[in-house]
Amino acid sequence: MPQTLMRTALYQTHLGLKARLVPFAGWEMPVQYTGILAESRAVRTKGGIFDVSHMGRIYISGPEATDLLDWIQTGNIGTLREGRARYSLVCNEEGGILDDTVTYRLAEDRYLLICNAANRDTIVSWIGRWRNERYPQTTINDVTLDTVMIAVQGPAVAVIVDGLCPQQPSSLRFFASTEGAVAERKAFIGRTGYTGEDGFELVLDAADGPQIWQTLMDHEMAPCGLGARDVLRLEAGLALHGNDMDSTTSPLEAGLDRFVRLEKEFAGADALRHQQETGLKRKLVGLFVEGRSIPRHDHPLRAQGQVVGRVTSGGYSPTLDRNIAMGYVQPQWADPGQSLQVDIRGRLTEALVTTLPFYTRKRD
Amino acid sequence: MNPSDRKYSKEHEWAKVEDDGRIVVGITHFAQDQLGDIVFLDLPAPGTRVEQHKKLGEVESVKAVSDLFSPVGGEVVEVNQSAVDNPELVNNDPFEAGWLVKMSSSNSDKEMGNLLTSEEYEAFLESEAH
Repeated sequence: MPQTLMRTALYQTHLGLKARLVPFAGWEMPVQYTGILAESRAVRTKGGIFDVSHMGRIYISGPEATDLLDWIQTGNIGTLREGRARYSLVCNEEGGILDDTVTYRLAEDRYLLICNAANRDTIVSWIGRWRNERYPQTTINDVTLDTVMIAVQGPAVAVIVDGLCPQQPSSLRFFASTEGAVAERKAFIGRTGYTGEDGFELVLDAADGPQIWQTLMDHEMAPCGLGARDVLRLEAGLALHGNDMDSTTSPLEAGLDRFVRLEKEFAGADALRHQQETGLKRKLVGLFVEGRSIPRHDHPLRAQGQVVGRVTSGGYSPTLDRNIAMGYVQPQWADPGQSLQVDIRGRLTEALVTTLPFYTRKRD
Repeated sequence: MNPSDRKYSKEHEWAKVEDDGRIVVGITHFAQDQLGDIVFLDLPAPGTRVEQHKKLGEVESVKAVSDLFSPVGGEVVEVNQSAVDNPELVNNDPFEAGWLVKMSSSNSDKEMGNLLTSEEYEAFLESEAH
């Protein structure tokens, strides 16, 4: 049913840049400005900026905030140091993935949680439920609509962001954050991203969004849309919730074991420990796909004449100049080097299981 | 923007009669712009016969796959190998270097006649946008 789409504080900016806007998770968002491949290349070679204001930004604070987060997160939050961040999953009690999140610990009792746009209501309700049931001394403040979030990503961005911030964000380690200013506007600055490149994610007051966006463009950062973001995250082997995982897949199936602490108690832990003992029915794999026709979501994966899985994400990689995909297969077909076939609209195309990520940036 | 030396289909293909009578077929600027970065052209081999408005092949972009319909019926006599090897050509120059196939048609006068002129095509785009 048609419903009113939300718009970020950068909506007018996108219109001015002649972006192509599409509905995405209840928001009207830019999918591209100049072109998906050109924008992807800009991020790999220099730098790009993304309006990611549709993503959920939720402050969680209070004496029981750490315990609450440790209960809903698969990763360890109590051991997270102030100024550091952790990628982690939020699972339902069956061990299915409700969302993947980044949790920044800002102070002993104060956190910023970033969740996917499509799951913001689910996550806010989930946190609210556990606050009411178990951790009442917790304050939840969803600031998504009052702020903007701009991802600044690429090999050249550290120098540029340093020039705009007295905090010298290039001194932050990957998955570290600080609260400071960008171009004299109050900002949260995290050294995080979803592209496989170095970069930052900035959270600013909504009113400051357009000016900071323009400032970054003045420093030759290319505006990039959701299309490039999808290409880049796929190259970096980063799963997308709603595509590569959902509430019916577990973090173990999705190959995210390293973000799950089965030795601690959290919602879904029992189910995941049980799954660990009894074995997985499917595993997420990376695939190099021959030919030029693009493997896409839901295309069947075949071996020995049988369907053994499905593609969940696929695309052309401009960085590698070949087609790549992720998908779930039965575990006996999941080893790197395994040869499979993708059924691309009736055409069987050779695919080779490979380790993720497809692309890793060079680090100095 | 859409050259007046050729005719157009409502599926955003163009057809132009060459001096030797063969008909060059391609997609419009509007079509390539809607598709975005084109990465793959699946075109029929020379010798293939296609009826007017029937599927001729596929144009695949980063975003989506689109069927390509033949604006005229006839036999495919040549495929633009440069475009197949380098599909960006269709994005960059859809009306000239980015042509797709050449066809020979025995019924071209009638079939060209029921396609849209550039003015009619532009009016069609205008009506679609609203």
